[in-house]
Amino acid sequence: MSSHQVAVTVNGRLYRRTVDARVNLADFLRHEIGLTGTHVGCEHGICGACTVLVDGFTARACLMLAVQADGRTVQTIEGVAQADGPLHPIQAALSAHHGLQCGYCTPGVVMTLIELQCENAGATLTEAEIRRALSGNLCRCTGYQGMIDAALAVLGGAQERGETS
Amino acid sequence: MAGDLSPGFLGRSVPRVEDARLLRGAGRFADDIALPGMLHAAFVRSPVAHALLRSVDLSNARALPGVRAVLTYADLRPQLRCDRIPLALPSAMLRFDVDPFCLAQRELCYAGEPIALVAAESRRVAEDAARLVELDFEALPAVVDARQGLQSGAPKARLDCPDNLVAQTVLEYGDSEGAFAAGSIRVTERFRIHKGGGHSIEPRGVVARFDAVEDMLTVWDGTQMPHRAKAVLVASLGLAEHQVRVIAPDVGGGFGPKAVFHPEELAVPAAAMLLQVPVKWIEDRLESFTATVGERVQEWEMEAAADREGRLLAIRGRLYHDHGACTPYGVALSYNSATNLVGPYVLPAYHLEIQVGLTNLVPAAPTRGAGRPQGTFVMERLLDGIALQLGIERDEIRRRNLIAPAQMPYATPIVTRDGKAMTYDSGDYPECQRRALAAAKWSEFSGRQAAARSEGRWLGIGMANYVEGTGRGPFESAAVRVEPSGEIRVTTGATAQGQGTKTMLAQLVGGVLGVPLEKIHIVDGDTAASPLGLGAYASRQAVTAGNAVVIAARLVAEKARKAAAAMLEVAPEDLDLADGCVRVKGIPGLKRSLADLARALQGTPGYALPGDLEPGLAAASDFQPGAIAYTNGTHVVEAEVDIHTGAVRLDRYVVVHDCGRMINPMMVEGQVLGGVVHGIGATLFEWMRYDESGQPLCGTYADYVLPTADVVPRIEIHHMESPSPLNPLGIKGAAESGTIGAASAIASAIEDALKPLGVRITDLPVTPARLFALIRAAEQRRDSR
Repeated sequence: MSSHQVAVTVNGRLYRRTVDARVNLADFLRHEIGLTGTHVGCEHGICGACTVLVDGFTARACLMLAVQADGRTVQTIEGVAQADGPLHPIQAALSAHHGLQCGYCTPGVVMTLIELQCENAGATLTEAEIRRALSGNLCRCTGYQGMIDAALAVLGGAQERGETS
Repeated sequence: MAGDLSPGFLGRSVPRVEDARLLRGAGRFADDIALPGMLHAAFVRSPVAHALLRSVDLSNARALPGVRAVLTYADLRPQLRCDRIPLALPSAMLRFDVDPFCLAQRELCYAGEPIALVAAESRRVAEDAARLVELDFEALPAVVDARQGLQSGAPKARLDCPDNLVAQTVLEYGDSEGAFAAGSIRVTERFRIHKGGGHSIEPRGVVARFDAVEDMLTVWDGTQMPHRAKAVLVASLGLAEHQVRVIAPDVGGGFGPKAVFHPEELAVPAAAMLLQVPVKWIEDRLESFTATVGERVQEWEMEAAADREGRLLAIRGRLYHDHGACTPYGVALSYNSATNLVGPYVLPAYHLEIQVGLTNLVPAAPTRGAGRPQGTFVMERLLDGIALQLGIERDEIRRRNLIAPAQMPYATPIVTRDGKAMTYDSGDYPECQRRALAAAKWSEFSGRQAAARSEGRWLGIGMANYVEGTGRGPFESAAVRVEPSGEIRVTTGATAQGQGTKTMLAQLVGGVLGVPLEKIHIVDGDTAASPLGLGAYASRQAVTAGNAVVIAARLVAEKARKAAAAMLEVAPEDLDLADGCVRVKGIPGLKRSLADLARALQGTPGYALPGDLEPGLAAASDFQPGAIAYTNGTHVVEAEVDIHTGAVRLDRYVVVHDCGRMINPMMVEGQVLGGVVHGIGATLFEWMRYDESGQPLCGTYADYVLPTADVVPRIEIHHMESPSPLNPLGIKGAAESGTIGAASAIASAIEDALKPLGVRITDLPVTPARLFALIRAAEQRRDSR
């Protein structure tokens, strides 16, 4: 088993570690540097719970090797809001619209929506566009509606929808 | 009774106290727990559905660097007090003891059954070693279809049982035979109903540590029922109760399977005791497909009789239920299906023979809805069949059969397992249906349908009514204590897997004591905090734990008033409790905070307690609901069928839901939404398939399709609140209800869309390939006429 030196910037801090070639980025984040907010749901790239941003773009941390992250910049859920600071508007909206229940898929959902917000800075998104963007994040608790309402509240501009009842 | 809850606490959508931690990625799930010296476990599992194990060669696995131990049943047996895991829920229906083993002993009964546990320095190495274990086995014929397995000459699913009929019973009342002889019309149908797994996004996980200094086993277990897990560990490992603590940490979804005690939950603690080091096992997704319980297949052969007006006279038939290879959760599934069939309707006579068959598949046990969606599906499909035969509208046939509000509480003739009549406690079923139809603009649909059809689009509308028994007892525990710091500490046997249990309980306690939610600390899912408890199953915790905390909090409020009366030298009736303070009415400055009173009641050496009260500002209650509280609802859905592909798109979904008084409407809606989407998945997408040798054909979310945000419609929820007379708060459960009506309503909508072709939906799931085949067959029938 070959070992490799990697240097990865995670949430603004540089981490140097020696890892087996086969260690994936999710395990690296969770078990090598102790950032357990990135969750692992399927380990085959479908559920989206492990979604992180690599150089600003979403990546499935379970499908990427730690060695592939060498020299790159990774943002995880722990880097979205300061530990003692206010929540990011997307996080706050998820709470306000009941877009999370057990919280296991939530970090991946937040990272997906942050990328969506960056890609569409200033633009107004429709419900259909948001549903498509979230189609790579499986959630078994919410039926998605709360997280879609949260995303609409932040990214949907005038098209925001109210409560459903 | 609930009048002394501060307004603004009951029936208010307060934000959840759970959210901030979870949104920051600061939750603590089982795999987030790391202990010094901890080993990582992987399981060697049966690669076949049925075989006799001749030998297991562990030498290569044990020789791999980084491997600490490879353990078989023989290695763990000295730790155990009994061969099988003592799990059986008592049932007179069960004919054999087929409790599972923690590791297979000799006979392998399903693909995925654990055979050996590898403990290594990392999970990677443990998995490497698991692959080096060599199994020598003699393959045996496998039973993969319960009904075929019950025929004479079928192979045995377990050599230790005389046959495959693990349970059978007859559920009956009334004169079915006479009703069928007298009835005007008869509908006969065969249903093959599949329902899939729980599929919490967090798989199962167990971390176990045996502390030799304290002589104490601590297990962090992603379970819905930590107290049951503790009881099983105490019985299996021969430890005393005080030596075992089970903690459910943050749990990433439950949906039923995590209520079942699985073999790994014993094997991992046993290994930790044997090896004297902490051991962690986290399920991977392939394991959750093959080794976690789920629901599967029921086959129903059914017949309904009705009079000329479409009024039900009797239903009779037979249910064949696939039970899987062992019995981790009794016969709840088939029983729930059978009883929930009756639904919100007047059914004068019923005769159902239930045969529960062993198969060489992972055990079947409840997932969200727990068998009820299947029973509802049968009833709703039969009603649609009668409507079709008589030329009556589908809403009208239901209206003619619904139980009227004046009949409430309505005792059905069914006797439940507690020996009482199955009784619906409250509800207005016709009004629920009326509101749903109105919200969905049911009466105007034929115009929309005709317009679409002229454009070549096949639109249909469907509906379903259902009930759900919720709040199952026997009890849930709660204790409320005001600490001298003013913190309110609530301990309960309830557990949380995302429902918002902490918020729900804090909202109620805060309402009684007049304190903000952030001052209330809820300790759930920890056997060290609550000596008794049951946990999450049967949509029960708002009813059982919710009422328990309110009763306990009221006792605390009463004691606070007495203590303050003594300290302020006034009569208790001159005092008010508000905003966390007991105040003298009309004298604003004269008050004692709950913290002051808690400090006074913790005692000062040598001095008497105020008012000669017992020490501590605390109280406990184990609320026992007298009976099941019945939630009900109506679903109406519009579907569009692509007749060229068989794909179904849901356009519009309306739910009218009645779970009695709501504590937090936002969270009730969250439960209903999640339930409906689970139901949509079970109807259109989710299918756990096996080949004829019992090999699973689904092991990833590419093979087993969960509903995603882009394929589910916006769901519109309306509430009715018929208070339950069975508990002080008047509440009913909401967690599973959304799942129950979905399949029936969607099937009805698909049939309506394809009415010109005469397609009949009897089997679930309705995948595009299956529906395309039905459409093609119908077109051929039409063309050959």
